[in-house]
Amino acid sequence: MAITKEQVRHVAKLARLKLSEEELENYTKELSSILDYMEKLNELDTSNVEPLTYPVGNKNVFRKDELGISVKTEDALKNAPLKNDKYFKVPKVIKSNKK
Amino acid sequence: MYKEYEAIIGLEVHAQLSTETKAFCSCSTKFGKTPNSNVCPVCLGHPGVLPVLNEKVVEYSALMGLATNCNINEYSVFARKNYFYPDLPKGYQISQYKEPICSDGFLEITTANNEKKRIRIERIHIEEDAGKSIHDSGSETLVDLNRCGVPLIEIVSKPDIKSPEEASLYLQKIRQIVRYLGICDGNMEEGSLRCDANVSVRKIGEKILGTKTEIKNMNSFKNIERAINFEIERQIDLLEDGKQIDQQTLLWNADLNKSESMRSKEEADDYRYFPEPDLFPVIVDEAWIEKIKTQMPELANARCERFINQYNIPEYDARILTNEKSLADYFESGTNFTNDFKSLSNWVMVEVLGIINNEKISIKDFPISSENLTQLINFINNGTISGKIAKEVFSEMLTDNKTAEQIISEKNISQISDVSELKEIISNIFNDYPKQVKEYIDGKEKLIGFFVGKIMQQTQGKANPKLLNEILKNKLSSLKNN
Ligand SMILES: [Zn+2]
Repeated sequence: MAITKEQVRHVAKLARLKLSEEELENYTKELSSILDYMEKLNELDTSNVEPLTYPVGNKNVFRKDELGISVKTEDALKNAPLKNDKYFKVPKVIKSNKK
Repeated sequence: MYKEYEAIIGLEVHAQLSTETKAFCSCSTKFGKTPNSNVCPVCLGHPGVLPVLNEKVVEYSALMGLATNCNINEYSVFARKNYFYPDLPKGYQISQYKEPICSDGFLEITTANNEKKRIRIERIHIEEDAGKSIHDSGSETLVDLNRCGVPLIEIVSKPDIKSPEEASLYLQKIRQIVRYLGICDGNMEEGSLRCDANVSVRKIGEKILGTKTEIKNMNSFKNIERAINFEIERQIDLLEDGKQIDQQTLLWNADLNKSESMRSKEEADDYRYFPEPDLFPVIVDEAWIEKIKTQMPELANARCERFINQYNIPEYDARILTNEKSLADYFESGTNFTNDFKSLSNWVMVEVLGIINNEKISIKDFPISSENLTQLINFINNGTISGKIAKEVFSEMLTDNKTAEQIISEKNISQISDVSELKEIISNIFNDYPKQVKEYIDGKEKLIGFFVGKIMQQTQGKANPKLLNEILKNKLSSLKNN
């Protein structure tokens, strides 16, 4: 197994996914087989190759600091399951967790 | 602090860049607008949208790097920092991780005993701000995403700071620099400048670093000193009791004057950074750096030096005058209208600063222009009014929106500096008080104050005090010698 059940549980928690014992088993197997397959790539010697992050060579793609059009508050809130006339509403978050 | 311990402090400062628009979309960055009105699909985190970097964000960040002696990295990239929080609708924050825009700089603070100390800067990176959650309004949390996507720079110091006072001085220096550069308004109450501290303690002589904790939510210079002080003492107390320090994040509670645990090690962050595929690398080449350098204003330290040399004022004055760019500008524009730079400096430091500090206004809102202030100083120097009267004229200038010249002529308060006129006034007073004149001649020389008082009373304080004293002394001594 390339990945342990504990690791899957951890990743699921970080992604806010609740998995049953059975799902946990399945994902551990599936993810492991995918990782094993990817492991094949490691057979290639890439020690002299720079990691490629961007498949196209673009750089410095900027916009000017000029005001554009924002959407109306009403429209911004349209997709929200919970809202009042100005705010998104979410279940109470008490403990702060932000950076 | 216990004598055998030392504290090791590093600061992470977030400065909100004062661009017109957000980092990756063209929404406004204005503070205090209707909630969720400065938003668009990009900053709302809708699927399928593409962020595009605001060029000014790069320029401002590089300016800060240059001002703090950093390397401006030719190649920098963005990364996704993944975490879930309602005010971060994408589920990740766009930040820079392995390749920040600036690294390896330093700045210099001047400590209370006038020593210069260098604090190294590890890195400066670009990131986006999150929205704002309101927790204290009913059963749900309200979320406003106006601030979401507003550009920030995070300035990370090396752990070179040794005391709460140094931490505060370091932050004040950062605030001064960003305000001189005009890249951030430095407003701590509104959160444009925020600071987190990493604190650990160890016995002096110990080589290994102690366990560190992180303190957040310190939104004033006073709170930073208090919070760090509290944390140092808390850690030392634990160690003295033979206990361990838990690695944790603490929130400073300014109302209770104490820090509270926010989360502990078990829930430690796991941000799973990876390169942001939607944003291309930023390349800042030599030519661009040269262009950015042309926007670099004269910073506080250089200006302070120049003030000392050019205006021949003491270092103490120069430091106060150059602390804020706007105050330095005010002083410097006044120097066009007088050669008495020291008096101008005194008036700006004492009277002007006194009022703007008291009324918590900016020098830009100060009602007397530096030209008009200088005119008032010139009226003292040419003997038109005394320093005492000048203070009164100054108060009227504050409220009446009139120049010193107008007030002096309207109130007829210009000084009597005419020698023959003063001589006549003195003679009259001598005639009115022959008894006192005789007592003076008999040796009671203290009575000179009596005559000055009477004359000032009669002239409503308009007699030129220096001249009056001179003439009075001459007259009295000639009476005595006859
Ligand atoms: Zn937007």
